[in-house]
Amino acid sequence: MTGTIPLQYFLIISTLMFFTGIYGFLTRRNLITMLMSIELILNSVNINFVAFNRFLYPDNLHGHFFSLIVIAVAAAEAAVAIAIIINIYRNFRSIDVDKVDEMKF
Amino acid sequence: MIDYTYTLLIPLIPLAVFLFTGLAGHKMNPKVSGLIGTTGLFAVTILSYLTAIRYFWTDHLHGSGYQAMKAFEIEWLHLTEKLTINLGVLLDPISVMMLIVVSTVSFMVHIYSLGYMKGERGFARFFTFLSLFSFSMLGLVLATNIFQMYIFWELVGVSSFLLIGFYYEKPSAVAASKKAFIVTRFADLGFLIGILMLSFMTDTFDFRTLVSPTGPAMLQAGSATFMGLSAITWALIFIFMGGAGKSAMFPLHIWLPDAMEGPTPVSALIHAATMVVAGVYLVARLFPVYSMVAPDALHVVAWVGGLSSLFAAIIACTQTDIKRVLAYSTMSQIGYMMLALGVSGYGGHDGLGFMAGNFHLFTHAMFKALLFLGAGAIIHAVHSNDMRDMGGLRKYLPITHITFLIACLTIAGIPPLSGFFSKDEILVAAYHHSMPLFIIEFAVAGLTAFYMFRLYYSIFWGKHTHYHHTPHEAPATMTIPLMILAFGAVFSGFLPFHELVTSDGLPFEAHINYGIAIPSVLIGVLGIVVATLMYRKETAVPAKMAGGFGSFYTWAYHKFYMDEVYLFVTKKILFNLVSRPVAWFDRHIVDGFMNLIARVIEKSSYLIKGLQSGRIQQYGYVFVTGTIVLVIIFVFIL
Repeated sequence: MTGTIPLQYFLIISTLMFFTGIYGFLTRRNLITMLMSIELILNSVNINFVAFNRFLYPDNLHGHFFSLIVIAVAAAEAAVAIAIIINIYRNFRSIDVDKVDEMKF
Repeated sequence: MIDYTYTLLIPLIPLAVFLFTGLAGHKMNPKVSGLIGTTGLFAVTILSYLTAIRYFWTDHLHGSGYQAMKAFEIEWLHLTEKLTINLGVLLDPISVMMLIVVSTVSFMVHIYSLGYMKGERGFARFFTFLSLFSFSMLGLVLATNIFQMYIFWELVGVSSFLLIGFYYEKPSAVAASKKAFIVTRFADLGFLIGILMLSFMTDTFDFRTLVSPTGPAMLQAGSATFMGLSAITWALIFIFMGGAGKSAMFPLHIWLPDAMEGPTPVSALIHAATMVVAGVYLVARLFPVYSMVAPDALHVVAWVGGLSSLFAAIIACTQTDIKRVLAYSTMSQIGYMMLALGVSGYGGHDGLGFMAGNFHLFTHAMFKALLFLGAGAIIHAVHSNDMRDMGGLRKYLPITHITFLIACLTIAGIPPLSGFFSKDEILVAAYHHSMPLFIIEFAVAGLTAFYMFRLYYSIFWGKHTHYHHTPHEAPATMTIPLMILAFGAVFSGFLPFHELVTSDGLPFEAHINYGIAIPSVLIGVLGIVVATLMYRKETAVPAKMAGGFGSFYTWAYHKFYMDEVYLFVTKKILFNLVSRPVAWFDRHIVDGFMNLIARVIEKSSYLIKGLQSGRIQQYGYVFVTGTIVLVIIFVFIL
């Protein structure tokens, strides 16, 4: 296993992706962009799974399976989220999240 | 033990009818509700007569006197090992007698109402309430224990309230129904206190145990005393207070005249024949206890009854509303029954008063229901309650006229009609017990004849009144019950009550005491003659007589200002001294505390409601910050 990229590099990348996602989720007002940020967060987790699987338990595939499940769930989630976004657009004529603040006191 | 379990059906049939017509009545033709109710009562009447015939005659139960038997009983509430509340059916001479009274009158009133209430709004509601009343009254009569009686006692109060307020759009009817309910409720408070005292002392609610000569109640004669009377005497006086309220005894009678606001068949059923005699029935039910351990309580019963009968008879002579005259007459006659129980001893010929009171209850139910139903037929024809609007009706209402005359003769005690026999027995019992009470009752007998014939002549003879439209005789549904009840009023006097309904269940010999019967008939005839002279033709005599009595007449006309006294006591004294402080405390302290809690919560929620902004990203910030804080705590501090 010599000459490969060390684990820290994966973790740094995934951490960067995670916080980019969080940042995007909290600052972007566009719902589609927020959805993309969530995908970033999920993918950072996937990287962690795969990386840890590779470095800690190279004989197992559990981490890979988890990544696959996360991808599948993310796909379903994206489908549902986009459906919701389309409905929001129909109701508010906008996908700006600040305009969707009916659910308050 | 002969099986009488089927008697359970007697109260349950009206209950089923009540539930059915009450829940499904508005979906049916009102006439169907009426017919269902009447059919149900017909079945009850058949069962009641069957029971009476079996109990008194065919089953030969009187070997050692008619004994009380429980046809059915289940435990309802288990309070302690010894004290349970049961529900069941008790058969003994007085309950079987009451079955006959209640079912007969109720059935007659059902038939009569089919005609009387025809086309009325709320026809189905009326029959529903009648069924509820029949159920409650039959349950009361058949109660095996004093608590069951109390439950049904309240139920008849509710039915009476509902039926008095039947015309709930009329303010006077609403006021009358509330008055009846509140006054009897107040009396029932005494009843409840009495029940609690009695059951505390005897550890039982059961009537059979209570009245048994070796039972626990009989051991209480020498118990703790209060103000010179033993505790059990007080308990029985309190119980009598409940009975006095229901039976409109002075001074708790004020609700009965106002209760005449209800439809006339209701007055006949509830306020003449059945519910108002519940007080008499209650005293009769506990009679052995009264008689053996609390003779003082029995004196109270006798004097309250005697004074009420005199008081009501005087007022009845001055009233002009025909239903109110009958209401005061009812009060007066119930006074007779109470007095009869009050002067009675226990066992054998000493129990004459007990027998006479129940006998009078029976005959009174027949002739007073007849009078009320007759009054209903008259009101139906004339559309007025006031006897000054009437006169010369005998030509227009022949059947009503004859039956009304029979009832008047009966209540006046003319032989051989039933009222003569029962009233005579009461007078004999009073004569043997107490001279003042006998004189009161003797005078009341004359007054009764006088005011009944004043009523009779004013309605059917007297001045020739011009009516807007010719009065017409009532339909057959109304006249047939009149004829049946007239039959009962004439012949029920021949029932051998001294063999059937006696204080100890054993028959005794009863004779007509001519020394008392002849004067009592003569004073009745005297009353009739005076009334004939005064009211047969329109004369100036009544006005002069009224003037001659002066302020006494005015007092009687205003019912001795009893209503005003009550209003003074309740409005001026109770409202100002009790209700107002209580209301102030409730409004300012109790409500204030609750309002304070509400206000604190409202203010604090106002402060924090901004947190719920509806903005997802704000929630996101809070979530992420919270998570980071938790991570820092867990990783670096803990």
